[in-house]
Amino acid sequence: MIEVQDLNKSFGAKQILKGISAVFEPGKCNLIIGASGSGKTVLMKSIVGLIPVNNGSIIYNHDTDFLNIDDAGRKELRKQIGMLFQGSALFDSLTVEKNVIFPLNMFTNMTFKEKMSRVNECLERVNLKEANKLYPNELSGGMKKRVGIARAIVMNPKYLFCDEPNSGLDPQTSIVIDKLIKDITDDYKITTIVNTHDMNSVMEIGDYVLFLYKGEKFWEGSRNEIMNATNQQLNDFIFAGRFFREIKEQNTKRLSEEKNK
Amino acid sequence: MTFFNHFGRYVLLLKSLFVRPEKTSIYWREIARQMVEIGVGSVGIVVIVSVFLGAVVTVQTAYQLTTPLISKSIIGSIAANSIILELAPTVTVLILAGKIGSNIASELGTMRISEQIDALEIMGVHSSAYLVLPKILASTLMIPLLVIISAFLSIYAGMWVGEFTGAVTKEDFMTGAIQYWIPFMANFALIKATTFGFIISSVSSYYGYYTEGGALEVGRSATRAVVVCCVLILLFDYILAQLLL
Repeated sequence: MIEVQDLNKSFGAKQILKGISAVFEPGKCNLIIGASGSGKTVLMKSIVGLIPVNNGSIIYNHDTDFLNIDDAGRKELRKQIGMLFQGSALFDSLTVEKNVIFPLNMFTNMTFKEKMSRVNECLERVNLKEANKLYPNELSGGMKKRVGIARAIVMNPKYLFCDEPNSGLDPQTSIVIDKLIKDITDDYKITTIVNTHDMNSVMEIGDYVLFLYKGEKFWEGSRNEIMNATNQQLNDFIFAGRFFREIKEQNTKRLSEEKNK
Repeated sequence: MTFFNHFGRYVLLLKSLFVRPEKTSIYWREIARQMVEIGVGSVGIVVIVSVFLGAVVTVQTAYQLTTPLISKSIIGSIAANSIILELAPTVTVLILAGKIGSNIASELGTMRISEQIDALEIMGVHSSAYLVLPKILASTLMIPLLVIISAFLSIYAGMWVGEFTGAVTKEDFMTGAIQYWIPFMANFALIKATTFGFIISSVSSYYGYYTEGGALEVGRSATRAVVVCCVLILLFDYILAQLLL
């Protein structure tokens, strides 16, 4: 579990995060949604310690205050974190196999055979059995994301962070990636946090949804509650597209008809 | 950013390199890989530059010494001393600053903007130590070797060009080179080469590691790294000459 309390972050005079508090529970896909520039990436990078915050607290697993631990403790905690970056962040000079094996080489004393077995297991998990010897520049966007996921889960993390996992992907591939993230979360019972502004993702995997608007938390709930939410900013964001607007209208109509009966 | 901001951040980057490696064997492997990339990868350009430097300095020295009162062997002496004191350790290294410096800055800059450095940090890897330390060690070790190769090639090329053009015989050239040889010159050249090797790798790493923005900024970082390296090499060339000669 990750608990964020009253998190504030400013870049110069501009305040990006304004007193964000939230609880991200294990075994759930926790989604952070919001328009571009609403502070989603800053919040995620603050939680993993890539961006220092001004004040607030980030508690991992009930007792570890991430902002007040020493370097060694932080390093240990990070071994339990896997992260999928927006641009996948694969090491260009390494093959798929070497990208995935990298954390194992760095932090474990496993034999080469054991490491390869784990790498192949992870690549199989993301349906990339035949890609071991390919370089990142030989992969499609969706394949890169899947390799990124394989690398993120190779150390059996307790926490999985995904920054815009569907950006630049077609709708079909996006659903594959979403399903993969959901399955991994369910199978390993890890705490997953996903940054997205893809509404399909919200409806597919959003067990818990945190809506940010101009750096503030404006709404939180589940994907089922989102359809009936009354928050204006959330509705403007969610139902900006015609497709979702029509679903919303049909839903409202159905509810009022049921009420009248 | 002011000079002091840059200098402070540069010192902090260097300080951050002194950490316990996550796995020593991986660091050694990375150092070896960088030694091949920086050392072996630069041999070609060093050979070309050195041969022409040696040839030109011999021809130009011979052109200026027209009086029969001065022995021809002095050409060998002037050429060899110039090569060992200045041309091999400074001019060759200035060329290497362009090649190695831009390579390091653009590699780290690209890793920074494509979040590869963040990915290392998230894994729990000390990114500056893992990426920068092997480059500095490899460069500080390999550049003096390249300078030794450069000095030998330049002197050899100068000797042959002297013979070929009829300016000075091989025997006269070598007599002059040996007659006025001061052993400290070799030490001085190696001290300079080691210092310049450190400057090239650390300054380029600094500009690459702290790149912000996009592809344009990566190019800018590489350019800045090369310019600052060249200026610092010339500055330290003077400082070392003043201190040690």
